[in-house]
Amino acid sequence: MKTLLTTLATATALSLTLVPAAQAQQDTAEACFVYVGSHTDGGWSQAHDIARLEMEEHFGGAVTSRFIENVAEASSEGAIERMARSGCDIIFTTSFGFMDPTVAVAERFPDVKFEHATGYKTAPNLSVYNSRFYEGRYIQGVIAASISETGTAGYIGSFPIPEVVQGINAFMLGAQSINPDFAVRVVWANSWYDPGAEADAARVLMDQGVDIITQHTDSTAPMQEAAARGIKAFGQASDMIEAGPETQLTAIVDTWAPYYIERVQAVLDGTWETSDTWDGLVDGILTMAPYTNMPEDVAALATETEEAIKAGELIIFEGPINRQDGTVWLAEGEQADDGTLLGLNFYVEGVDDQLPQ
Amino acid sequence: MRLELVKRGNPSKTLRFFSPLIGLALAVFTGAIMFAILGKNPLEALYVYFIEPLTELWSVHELLIKAAPLILMGAGLSICYLSNNWNIGAEGQFIMGALAGSIFPVLFTDMQGPIVLPLMLTFAIVGGALWAGIPALLKAKFNTNEILVSLMLVYVAELILDYLVRGPWRNPAGMNFPESVRFHQFARIPELMPADGRANWGFVIAILVAIALWVMLSRTLKGFEIKVLGTSPRAGRFAGFDAKKMVFFSFLIAGACAGLAGIIEVAGASGQLRPIISPGYGFTAIIVAFLGRLNPLGVIVAGLVLALTYLGGEAAQISLGLSDKVARVFQGALLLYILACDTLIHYRIRFVPTPKAQGSAADV
Amino acid sequence: MSDATLILIQAVLLTISTAATPLLLAAIGELVVERSGVLNLGVEGMMVMGAIGGFIGMIVTGNPYIGAVVGVLFGMALSLLFAVLTLTLATNQVATGLALTILGLGLSGLIGEPYVGRSAVRMPVLNIPGLTDLPIIGRLLFGQDLIFYISIALIVGVAWFLFRTPSGLKLRAIGDNPQSAHALGIKVIRTRYLAVLFGGACAGLAGAHLSLVYTPQWTENMSAGRGWIALALVVFASWRPFRILAGAYLFGAVSIGQLHAQALGIGIPSQFLSALPYLATVIVLVLISQNRRLTLINTPASLGKSFVPDR
Repeated sequence: MKTLLTTLATATALSLTLVPAAQAQQDTAEACFVYVGSHTDGGWSQAHDIARLEMEEHFGGAVTSRFIENVAEASSEGAIERMARSGCDIIFTTSFGFMDPTVAVAERFPDVKFEHATGYKTAPNLSVYNSRFYEGRYIQGVIAASISETGTAGYIGSFPIPEVVQGINAFMLGAQSINPDFAVRVVWANSWYDPGAEADAARVLMDQGVDIITQHTDSTAPMQEAAARGIKAFGQASDMIEAGPETQLTAIVDTWAPYYIERVQAVLDGTWETSDTWDGLVDGILTMAPYTNMPEDVAALATETEEAIKAGELIIFEGPINRQDGTVWLAEGEQADDGTLLGLNFYVEGVDDQLPQ
Repeated sequence: MRLELVKRGNPSKTLRFFSPLIGLALAVFTGAIMFAILGKNPLEALYVYFIEPLTELWSVHELLIKAAPLILMGAGLSICYLSNNWNIGAEGQFIMGALAGSIFPVLFTDMQGPIVLPLMLTFAIVGGALWAGIPALLKAKFNTNEILVSLMLVYVAELILDYLVRGPWRNPAGMNFPESVRFHQFARIPELMPADGRANWGFVIAILVAIALWVMLSRTLKGFEIKVLGTSPRAGRFAGFDAKKMVFFSFLIAGACAGLAGIIEVAGASGQLRPIISPGYGFTAIIVAFLGRLNPLGVIVAGLVLALTYLGGEAAQISLGLSDKVARVFQGALLLYILACDTLIHYRIRFVPTPKAQGSAADV
Repeated sequence: MSDATLILIQAVLLTISTAATPLLLAAIGELVVERSGVLNLGVEGMMVMGAIGGFIGMIVTGNPYIGAVVGVLFGMALSLLFAVLTLTLATNQVATGLALTILGLGLSGLIGEPYVGRSAVRMPVLNIPGLTDLPIIGRLLFGQDLIFYISIALIVGVAWFLFRTPSGLKLRAIGDNPQSAHALGIKVIRTRYLAVLFGGACAGLAGAHLSLVYTPQWTENMSAGRGWIALALVVFASWRPFRILAGAYLFGAVSIGQLHAQALGIGIPSQFLSALPYLATVIVLVLISQNRRLTLINTPASLGKSFVPDR
């Protein structure tokens, strides 16, 4: 039942497939996870692994789980198939690059449920789930513009894909709501996880005089570098407060556990259905780490912004918003639809970087 | 006591055959110790690692998929190493071959029909060879170190692939995510036995290429030239062989093989370009070449063995929760053991008491 | 110049220096190895073992200096393996070096697994009131960590050793012609063992710099190809110590410079900028090797060839 509600609540329309008659209740289930990185990477994969353990604990022995890590996207089909054959009831593949291999394996194993994170292809036994990370980015932008003295933030990007572009745009819109002239400098690490490259990027940005570091990469290296120079920074994917107790302003924390619990429960109940989930702050799929190392009024403003987003009073991609070149993207009151956001490949006005087209 | 090498009059034929087997046995033994240290039952772990992946037909298909690029590149690299040309950039040649071959399904999507696949294979061969031609040209012309150049070009190739897949070659209908269009049916390498698993004709191509290279090495003058120039450049010069031409020949062959392997991977198992298309096949192929005794027929066996370590690594993670790094430690140890065993082919090892006198026994 | 400009220049130089130090260390060690006639392509593997060794040492003792020593020992352990194989068993040096890299990357990943995601104590930096505060060069010269000073001392020390001491002369003689050196009673294999171990120690320290200074944490493959760059630097330097210094800082400048270009939003795809350091390496290798006179004088003549003493 809960699944159905979530399904209806998701923004994207989808065609519901009928529950296969064969699906029955079961007492135990085996949940399997495929990670693109190491389960201890301190970022993306670790967030999924924490959720996996939380889910396992929630079911107290009724559900066992296994994972396979550092799966190269290039050769993931074989690994996913091996998982499917090893007795898993439900398999979570947690990287965009696993999309087509997951689709292919799902087709061959109609009795196994598949869940693919951050993709867009579904099937009768394949759901997709994602998180509106950009909502957290907007709050970060508000904080950054409130406390920055130079009016310039450094942004370490992984790759120019829609998810990251959404983040940069949301960050910029949040910052512009406080300081219309706020500037952001972007450096691409060309990796999700390369502490050396991320640290270099952070150092270069700070050399150029930015006094806030934001990262859309997964390691704690930028946080460490910012801490070393006494500059404030935002964490990504996990709460990185340990890497910068006096540095981290807040962090976007991926909290997949509620979703995993819900989906595995559906398998146990025999009610699992294909769904297309793109949840936000209000659903608890991402949370903000405590607002620390900032004046109280800024923390209050951040909390206020967060509440407004949760309440649906603040729609981040709502006009008037211009594109980078100054042309109108969204007119007054107009809202971007999810399809546009999912494929976003241009910046909003004020971002000083060029996207590869 | 100290250890001393005594050169054999003739290289031992028996050991030439057995040395890789001894190396393999030692590596397996080391693996068992490693499993025990990691708290697993060594026998069970070895079974999961080396036997389990072979007990199911679909898994054997996966083995062939992984073995094909390793065999192709290992055979090509053997030619390089035999002729004393140190190409360690097969990974980059693999990528450039895949890119060159993918021009057709990615840019000329309208072009369909049975002509597409042969064109893709040809372009891939040329693409890989041209990329390998860069270090060859620089070595032949300027005496530039080919090891470093071929390796640097791996990084460059990776970045070119990354740029294309995230930029101009991105799938227009793919929500701006980093992947190319899926190749249409004429651009896919057909599967061997679709009912049983995913293995495709790429494996057969790999075997045929390896056999062809073996024939060239063992039955033609060119093969003789390769070996002479490799063991004694001086003797080669006296025989009238051109070492510079050999640089090109060996690099182009290896690059062509790697390029072919690249297109077989993307037009075979994966069916599209992604930011990363190889889990390090180009580097593993170096081990394959040595494990195969730099003999293309041996490389076929070696390619299957190394492909098995990939599958075993996956199986061990799933069934035993063993770390994925175990496979790489095993690969490195295997190569070191093989190299050490090779010494036995050319030398006898003697243990002699530590000498008291100076002079003749100057060395440790 | 305005204060802001001065601060910017100092900061940029410092960042370049941080990027250059591990390259410098690994390269000066390999230079000694190659001067003795041995080509160890396993720098990458020894470096990454140094990184995990340094990190484990630091976590266990809480002291980054002890960590650095452990890193050095890890690098040496791997180089000893290389020495036994190539020097005692006369295996192919190129292939053994490659195997060493593969083994080092795998082994470090395996023993490092429990340490992923933990933060280290960063090695402290020098602070001399007055000197450290000097504009531009203050923090560059008087405000760095111990490993930086060791790296500079090693350059000077190696140059002095190779060209000003009898042992250095012997080492170079071995590299040029081990047969003659052996005939003269020089202990070829023993000297080469020591050279290889020195190279391992330097690569280990370079790795420790990565996990204790560069990014004080442990991640798999954190050497990220720097070992190979170090090998290229030795050729770039045409086996002369002071040129290593120039080469390492030049390479550091290119790799940091491309990030500055990105941050300024110049609109060139980041992949092309990221490829610059590698392309620059290739171009420099070509330029150096083109100059036959320069390379012939300095290249150790027996580089990469096994030597088996016949009694």
